[in-house]
Amino acid sequence: MGDWWSPAMMPDPTLDTKELSSISGISMSPSRQNSQHSLHSTMVLPKSTYSVLSAFCTEENISQCVTYINQEVCSLGLSAVSVECKSGSVSAVPVLNLLYEVLQLQRRAQRGLQELETQQIKNCSDLEHLQNNNCRLKDQLEHTRRENSGLHEGERQLQLKIKTLQNCLKSEKEEVQKLQSIISSRATQYNHDLKRKERDFTKLKDRLNQLLMDKRDKKLSIEVSNYVGRSDGKRGLWKTGKMEARHEGEMYKALLTDYEARQRSLMLENSELKKVLQHMKKDMIAILSPKKPCVKAELADDSLEQAGSECEDEAGESSRETLEQSCEQAREKLTNSIRLQWRKLKSHMERLDSQASLVASQEREAEELISRKDQEEELQRMRLELQQCKEFIHMQQQLLQQQISSPCDEETAALLNDCYTLEEKERLKEEWRLFNEQKRNFERERKNFTEAAIRLGHERKVFEEDRAAWLKTQFLNMTPFVDRKRPALSEPHSALSVGTEPEAKLHSTPPLFTKSLTNSVFCTPKAAPVKMPTTADLYRTLNLIPESRGHGKCPSAEMLSRSRLRNSSSDCSVISLVRDENSSV
Amino acid sequence: MNFSEVFKQSNQLCKVSPDGKYLATCVQYRLVVRDIGTLQIVHLYTCLDQVMHMEWSSDSLFILCAMYKRGLVQVWSLEQPDWHCKIDEGSIGLVSSRWSPDGRHILNTTEFNLRITVWSLCTKSVSYIKYPKACQKGMDFTADGRYMALAERRDCKDYISVFVCDDWHLLRHFESETQDLAGLEWSPNGCVLAVWDNCLEYKILLYSLDGRLLSFYSAYEWSLGIKSVAWSPSSQFLAIGSYDEKVRILNHITWKKITEFEHPATITNSKAVVFKEVEKRPVVSEDLSIRQLTVDNALFSTQSKYEITQLPVQVPVVKPDPERANPKIGISAVAFSADNRYLATKNDNMPQSLWVWDMQKFSLLAVLEQTAPVRCFVWDPHLPRLALCTGNTKLYMWSPAGCISVTVPVEGFQVQSLFWHCTGSSLVLLSKDQLCLCYTDAEEQK
Repeated sequence: MGDWWSPAMMPDPTLDTKELSSISGISMSPSRQNSQHSLHSTMVLPKSTYSVLSAFCTEENISQCVTYINQEVCSLGLSAVSVECKSGSVSAVPVLNLLYEVLQLQRRAQRGLQELETQQIKNCSDLEHLQNNNCRLKDQLEHTRRENSGLHEGERQLQLKIKTLQNCLKSEKEEVQKLQSIISSRATQYNHDLKRKERDFTKLKDRLNQLLMDKRDKKLSIEVSNYVGRSDGKRGLWKTGKMEARHEGEMYKALLTDYEARQRSLMLENSELKKVLQHMKKDMIAILSPKKPCVKAELADDSLEQAGSECEDEAGESSRETLEQSCEQAREKLTNSIRLQWRKLKSHMERLDSQASLVASQEREAEELISRKDQEEELQRMRLELQQCKEFIHMQQQLLQQQISSPCDEETAALLNDCYTLEEKERLKEEWRLFNEQKRNFERERKNFTEAAIRLGHERKVFEEDRAAWLKTQFLNMTPFVDRKRPALSEPHSALSVGTEPEAKLHSTPPLFTKSLTNSVFCTPKAAPVKMPTTADLYRTLNLIPESRGHGKCPSAEMLSRSRLRNSSSDCSVISLVRDENSSV
Repeated sequence: MNFSEVFKQSNQLCKVSPDGKYLATCVQYRLVVRDIGTLQIVHLYTCLDQVMHMEWSSDSLFILCAMYKRGLVQVWSLEQPDWHCKIDEGSIGLVSSRWSPDGRHILNTTEFNLRITVWSLCTKSVSYIKYPKACQKGMDFTADGRYMALAERRDCKDYISVFVCDDWHLLRHFESETQDLAGLEWSPNGCVLAVWDNCLEYKILLYSLDGRLLSFYSAYEWSLGIKSVAWSPSSQFLAIGSYDEKVRILNHITWKKITEFEHPATITNSKAVVFKEVEKRPVVSEDLSIRQLTVDNALFSTQSKYEITQLPVQVPVVKPDPERANPKIGISAVAFSADNRYLATKNDNMPQSLWVWDMQKFSLLAVLEQTAPVRCFVWDPHLPRLALCTGNTKLYMWSPAGCISVTVPVEGFQVQSLFWHCTGSSLVLLSKDQLCLCYTDAEEQK
């Protein structure tokens, strides 16, 4: 048996997939039931082969067996043709093939069976699970049902309760109504009784009164030794119509005076309020108007404001009128204008607020810090001062106490002395401070003075140098070859030699400059046409000169003025300019 | 503060004459008139029976002594001590007697409020006014004494009659729109008459002198209503105290409520000052000597002083008995100071506390919490200061500057009631059967 099985097993791994595919193809192609049927038959087959193997095929019935097998194989859908019995003997190859195929079939069937079994087991477990589930759900359902019924019961009970309560309420309401009606009826009854009793009471009173009057109560009397006069000294008057009228008149007079007084007080109050209003208005105008020029951007607003202010003025006048006569219209105008003003003020304030918040947000931190620091410093200082003051007061008090308490004269004297010396000290300190200040001032002045002296020394030195230079030039000018060098120089030059001295010795100015100067001064009187370029020159030089302006000696001033006198009026400007330059040595 | 010696009095009958010169007291059936300055007896009159009521005439010339039990009224003259007048109401009985404002007429209310008899001292004439209503305050004269308003009840309706006091001419007679009128009061300027309903209904009506209804005010319904009413001296405000523990202030122009003052059991208003009277029993020290015992009268009397307590403060509240009529709850007394600036109120279920309100700010100003129920409180007729007593040996005063408590230096003098002299320079303190003057201004005393 093992031999029979093992070769069949051998090719299995290699051919398995192919076979399976082919089988699947086969199983797909015919009807499934059929294949299943075949499987069943194969399943059944081994047992029968086992038991009847020996009996199934013998030497004699080989052919029958083969045909039978063929038939069977055909019925199984396998190639039956391959197994043929031609010459009594069965060829092994197709048989083996067939056998193999049958084996395959059997194995497949086995596997299918196995699968089915597992499937069966799984299904069984599933079933069990489902049954369990079902049971559970059934229980749950039962439970819910029970619960539901309980709730229903509760609901029913509650409804019952509600019904009873409603009934109760209804009855209570009825009760209340009844009681109310009882109360009202009783109230009316009591009122009625009250009235009746009161009537009885009044009747009784009347009766009593009458009785008393009728009886002429002897006791009812007044005993006066002599009648006294009226408190106002007048005599009593008869009751007449005239008196009645007078009383009426007096009453109305009293009322009138009261009303008048009230009106007056109200008027006063009114006028006060109006004054306040006016004042407020004025303030408002004052607050709002200076804003106009600075805020040009908000033109629309401005125009509105102007309009407002106009009507304000009107209103102001009108309100002044209303002080005298409270006119409905005027009041309206006043209130309107105030309202307008107020709205503007509000908008303005809002704008300001927004601006302020903007600005503040930018600068707040730093400024706040500073201000706080300042404040704190100030506070500290104040505190210190306060402390000092307190101490001082305390000391004084102590002194005073001592002075009062101590009987010793000397001590007090000493104390007094102390006081005086303290005062003196204070005064001296003050003087000392003054003195120090003065000293400081003197020091400063002195310093200034020394500085000035030093400067003067410097200037003198410069001057000396200049003078030396000038003398040198003068000396050189006296030599004949200088005349050749300067042909323009003429007679008047010599005449003015003294005056031109400083000009010549002007600190090392370029030669052109000196030349022009000399030209300007000395050539103009000769020829007017030459004047134009010289002035231009001068202006140019002026641009160069002005920063070096000092005050030195001006020895040429006299000469210049002289020359100016000689010059024409048109030259005045030039001269003055020249003189300026001269002065700026 | 100085105190005078003690004099006897009975029935709390002690009055200072309107001109402030004399002090009249009744001791049993005697009427004693003293000079207020020297306290020497000026006149002594003897009445026919124990005096139940005594009153000065407005010109300080006459004194009326009523003996209700015998239905008698005796009038005494200060100028002519031998002048006398006796009025007998006869068998009809007498329940109330009072002067008319001119000081020449006496108005007697007979028993059962049957009628009011007007007796004239100038002529022998007698007038009757029928059907006066028996109520809390059914009759009131204007401050100038020209008019009298009288509540009447006819045909189960309330009526008000306005009389001219000069000749008792009936000026106006009109029906008032009240269920059951409880009281009426003229405004100090004499032009408005406030009329209020009884406590079952909160309703106050304001009538003009000529009988026109100016306005009416009702704060709520279905609950106990008005308990007390007071005009401010300027006639500007009308304060109405009610059972709901509130005071409502009406103005004189629209007669609408300006504000209402609540009297809460817990004071949380930070602007109010709560003065609490603290009693200090003297500690009996070890070295108690005989000298101390004899000299110090005050050894066994308790000292008290005011302490300002921190807010919030719980005010002691007495729960009223709801089963009884006229429950002890609500504002039973309202009084304005002479300068209209302050209002003092007392809530019945907080009997130990007195409330002072600022009428300019309409806010609570001070609360005085006493150790005993407040018996009586009176404003100075000129200055804004308040005197009060609680039935013990002390006199208490409040002014905007603060509070003081003074022990009356008389043994066993328990101040039951007090009133000011018309100049405000002194106070008259009344115990059960004694009286004592307290001089508040030491300078004036000298």
